[in-house]
Amino acid sequence: MSDLLLEIKDVTKVFRRGGLLFGTELLAVDHVNLSLDKNKPSILSIVGESGSGKTTLAKIILKLHEPTSGDVLLEGKSVFGPHPDLDTLAYYRTVQPIFQNPFETFSLRKYVDSYLYDTALNLKIAKDRKEARDIIADALSSVGLDINAVAGKYPNQFSGGELQRISVARGLIPRPKLIVADEPVSMIDASLRMNIVNMFLSLKEKYNVSFIYITHDLSTAYYVSDYVAIMYRGNVIEYGKSDRILTNPIHPYTELLLDSVPTGGKKWERALPDIELKEHQNTACKFANRCPFVQAVCRVNKPPLVQIPGEREVLCFKPVDYELGRTTLSQEPEKVTT
Amino acid sequence: MIKLNGRLKAGGILLLLFIIVGVILPRFSPYDPRSWNAVPRNLQPSLAHLLGTTSLGQDTFWLLTFAVQNSLFIGVVVAFFATTIGVLAGLIGGFVGGPIDRGLTLLMDVFISVPSLPILILVASLLHGKTSLLTISLVLIVFNWPWPARQVRSIALSMREREFINTARFSGASTLSIIVREIFPYVLTWSLANFVNTVLVAIATESGLAVIGLSSVEQATLGTMIYWGLQYQALLAHRWWWIGTPVIAIILLFIALFLASTGFADFSAERRGRQRA
Amino acid sequence: MLRLRDVKAYYQTPRAVVKAVDGVTLDVRENEILGIAGESGCGKSTLLRAMYDSLEPPLKIVAGKIEAEMKNDRGKTVTLAPGEIRKHWWRFISYIPQGSMSALNPVVRIEKQFFDAISRKHHLTNRREIHERIASYLRELELPVEVLNSYPHQLSGGMRQRVLVALGTFLHPQIVLADEPTTALDVVIQKGILLMLAQVQEQMKNSLVIVSHDIGVHYQITHRIAIMYNGKIVEIGPTETVFNNPLHPYTQMLIQSIPHVGDQKHREGISGRPPSLTDPPPGCRFAARCPFVMDICREEMPSLLEVEPDHFVACYLHREPLQARKGVG
Repeated sequence: MSDLLLEIKDVTKVFRRGGLLFGTELLAVDHVNLSLDKNKPSILSIVGESGSGKTTLAKIILKLHEPTSGDVLLEGKSVFGPHPDLDTLAYYRTVQPIFQNPFETFSLRKYVDSYLYDTALNLKIAKDRKEARDIIADALSSVGLDINAVAGKYPNQFSGGELQRISVARGLIPRPKLIVADEPVSMIDASLRMNIVNMFLSLKEKYNVSFIYITHDLSTAYYVSDYVAIMYRGNVIEYGKSDRILTNPIHPYTELLLDSVPTGGKKWERALPDIELKEHQNTACKFANRCPFVQAVCRVNKPPLVQIPGEREVLCFKPVDYELGRTTLSQEPEKVTT
Repeated sequence: MIKLNGRLKAGGILLLLFIIVGVILPRFSPYDPRSWNAVPRNLQPSLAHLLGTTSLGQDTFWLLTFAVQNSLFIGVVVAFFATTIGVLAGLIGGFVGGPIDRGLTLLMDVFISVPSLPILILVASLLHGKTSLLTISLVLIVFNWPWPARQVRSIALSMREREFINTARFSGASTLSIIVREIFPYVLTWSLANFVNTVLVAIATESGLAVIGLSSVEQATLGTMIYWGLQYQALLAHRWWWIGTPVIAIILLFIALFLASTGFADFSAERRGRQRA
Repeated sequence: MLRLRDVKAYYQTPRAVVKAVDGVTLDVRENEILGIAGESGCGKSTLLRAMYDSLEPPLKIVAGKIEAEMKNDRGKTVTLAPGEIRKHWWRFISYIPQGSMSALNPVVRIEKQFFDAISRKHHLTNRREIHERIASYLRELELPVEVLNSYPHQLSGGMRQRVLVALGTFLHPQIVLADEPTTALDVVIQKGILLMLAQVQEQMKNSLVIVSHDIGVHYQITHRIAIMYNGKIVEIGPTETVFNNPLHPYTQMLIQSIPHVGDQKHREGISGRPPSLTDPPPGCRFAARCPFVMDICREEMPSLLEVEPDHFVACYLHREPLQARKGVG
């Protein structure tokens, strides 16, 4: 039996745009490896901007896309292998999603609770509607909602935050081991985001469920996660425990992200950062054109995945002093204050 | 009390009128529409013959009731089958995709690009004018199912990517259940509009064929009434009651269907709006 | 520059009247960046549109005064009211909407959209000259000139938003209104656009009004901030002052609710929902959610009072005005 709840093994996803002859290829996910431990529920944040591949990766974990190569293992069983070992029902009882747009998550023409009943009955959590109702009431109360306030209503009778809670409640019904939340708070007002994010923390404790939290917002990611993976143009460029990454970022892109969050603590410097258009030239390291620490080797050789003690990984030449062939460090580099 | 808007009321009343004329009244007709010379010919409208009589010796009013009945019959039957087949094909093709979709799309494209009128004329000429209403209806169904099919297919295609479909999947719903419970409600209003439209198209096509003599001319339809009227120079002979009746009836029927369908569309949109908190 | 006095703008529909802006008094001063913060549905977008004089039925200004002071071509100051303000769109006052994809015409190249917006109203006819001016302005903003030749869908969301900023500021208007200019954009791009807006304001020394629900955004670039709740302004003052010393309980909750990177302090989002805009309660709108609520709060609406120099708040917790007069923020 595997020790891992989830293992993303060398997953790559290429999209073809256009026809057979003249189409273009988009490398959305580039040889990503990530895993979640089984024994302790944890929250892994996957952070990145648009185009980083984080949503595609989420959809692969949710079996909504198939990887071009690589596999995903759920509790040791292959999801995409030649004879997938997991049947669909078992899959849905183990993994559940939360989507970004609460108003798109449910059909506007159906009662919201119809999805809750469907989940309870189809996934064989309840035998009949009566039993289902109790289970649903329980799930709703664990997200702070009362079933009587939810029953018989359409989605447009709720606010965005309430709908996200209902979405979480629905996902909790089969008592999954993993919930994949794709930008669950980006469409909610900044002042209300902490409500949902705090809820993830308490659910993790109460139900022993792990979360994969996809976001572009570093501040909530930092607040809620145990581990953070930063993605850039399909690669995981930095991975590690969240407090280490955020107090001592190694990859220059991580620093750029941290610097861009509009917080109440520190004022931005008045400089215009580089604009995205310049980066559409093919270089070995995809970040080379925007990197303040770029050197010649970065444009020519693919950066190494450097292992750093303390469960950290960085895809970059900088920590190994731009030398080819080095992939380990004996200790975390010191934070350089600029 | 449900509040109906003006259009729906007007259209509804007109349609009701047509249904009375076409469905109820024919039972009371003292004359068989297919028999000629049942009454004196070419009489002007009077109390005995409300819309006069035709050159074939038929009472125009009672003939009209049968004509409306048959035209409505063709319209409804064609619309029902064409819409049903079209919606099924569109839903399955659009949502399931793959080779099934490609096959269905090919069929749709074939029947849309082949013009129906020449084919109908061909079929009708081959049968030497002995086409029954049933044959005509069949051909019309075959040529009319692709229109709602294409529309429903594009709706199903666009809906496939929507997030609540994924939610339904993760709620354990089967593909069939998703098509019926998630996608179909969106398609329903379109289907109704398509239905009404096809009724109009079917009646118009049949009438068009009838006027050139290629329909089932012994049967009474609105189109065949015009045909016989033209054959006997009703216009030139100022027998306006004979040729005017079917023409006005067609116009009124189209207006009635149009008003009812747009009125219903407004009505259902308003009702859905009212459900908002 | 722009004076609003007790402005009320309501949506009047047969079913209900939505009191989106319900008695707002504030000034937009020269050479400042004013932020308007608040939850979704508090009326801030409607307020912005009222300022821009772009209200269409069923939305109407039902009470109050809006006055704009414009310096015309001859250097004289002219006072404009709603109805006249709209004649000076783009040149005196401009509007940068949220949702850049729907604001640009998808089948027209960017350059032509500039032309359409500008030349029609301002009798500039020499196309080459206009092109040169636009190109040089884009260079100033560090936008690649190639965007002029593109269609909106060929540009990323961030680039489109920058184009909208360029369009909105090209004729150096005296007032620029930006409605959630960075919502739905990634943080790095958001920072770029906000800094771009701030830089433009610094160079032109005009007035910029930014509406956003993200209070962190306001902290970063605004000089003054107005907190809006349920159709009314509850606090207004210099940004640093309001952040260091938030007086209104709602302001305190807003500031408290956003995480700061680097501190692990437990934070709570705001609970509850604002009252309905169609049927607001008497008294303070925030009473139902306020941890410090008193009896008088439920009975009578508090008015905006100046409690510190230039710092106004509408709350019964702070009733010692600096001067005994009703405040104008």
